[in-house]
Amino acid sequence: MNPAAKMKALRPFTVLAVALSLSGYAMAQTTVEDAWARATVPGQPATGAFMTLTADSDSTLLSVQSPAAKDTQIHQSTMKGDVMSMLPVDEVSLPAGEPVMFDANGYHVMLMGLVKQVKEGDAVPLTLKIKNAQGEEETLEVNAVARALNAPDHAHAH
Amino acid sequence: MNDFPTRRRVLAGMGILGLGVLAGCGDSNTLSFKYGKDLSNEILGRTFRLKDPQGNEKTLSSFRGMMPMVFFGFTQCPAVCPTTLARAVQAKKLMGRDGDRLQVIFITLDPERDTPEVLDAYVKLFDPTFVALRGTLEQTAEVAKEFKVFYEKVPVGDTYTISHTSTSYVYDSRGVLRLGLSHSLTAQECAEDLLTVMEVC
Repeated sequence: MNPAAKMKALRPFTVLAVALSLSGYAMAQTTVEDAWARATVPGQPATGAFMTLTADSDSTLLSVQSPAAKDTQIHQSTMKGDVMSMLPVDEVSLPAGEPVMFDANGYHVMLMGLVKQVKEGDAVPLTLKIKNAQGEEETLEVNAVARALNAPDHAHAH
Repeated sequence: MNDFPTRRRVLAGMGILGLGVLAGCGDSNTLSFKYGKDLSNEILGRTFRLKDPQGNEKTLSSFRGMMPMVFFGFTQCPAVCPTTLARAVQAKKLMGRDGDRLQVIFITLDPERDTPEVLDAYVKLFDPTFVALRGTLEQTAEVAKEFKVFYEKVPVGDTYTISHTSTSYVYDSRGVLRLGLSHSLTAQECAEDLLTVMEVC
């Protein structure tokens, strides 16, 4: 489908979603906690963003977009033996009520082709597209606040 | 390295590792680590020759007297590389004054994208004493082979990421490989094992 046709196909749904939320209709909700991105040094063209997502019904994270990078993808770290791989995934399941951690050992948002250096304290805007079990889509706008490049993985754990 | 294999074996067999410590360096050919892997019998990474960001050629013997801890990675690595370097900073602090002898060495697996400037800024942000080393693509492949480090470019979109071995390799102050620290260990666990290496030499 070309982009224009895609836009056209999406438009009725977007209008419906806005109408539903305006009328206070109980739509699926996903909460995002502790969203942060790792700051970079000048000239470093990529970094990761992390967060905890909790959906109130079985949902799926479909995509993450950001104006901070040319290409934003969802990656998953996996360890085989002592080899760490970080590979793209198509989507992430968000089981109802279960917090899904985006951290160094699992999923993370990969920001590739950064438009500028990410400095500590910068807000990195992320747009999350999530689909619930009924097929309804919600769009969440999140600001991931940049922590120092040398920040440990978990600010609260350990 | 195996100058006195018989004597070493006898000492280890009798379980009087303590004598080795009293006698000075290197009288024990194996070490007992609580968390990491004893690599005393492995011969890895003895002959690497790479450049630091200032263009100085470095070999393992450049760090004699220090306890080198070598880690392979790339600066565009979002997770395992920064967390491993951050862990090294914490472990160094936990070791107290002994931490001054820990020399963290970050070898890039991505010399195409990791320029000397980016590499230098990157490691120094973690700790000004950390050293980054970089070779040509061929030298990088050779060094990885010498360490038995696996790495592989994986295309993503119009760029790539790198899957790689996440172990940190620790040498004693005479340049004998001693310890492998896996990514899953905490800074506290690393610090305890690093202090065990220091007891030997």
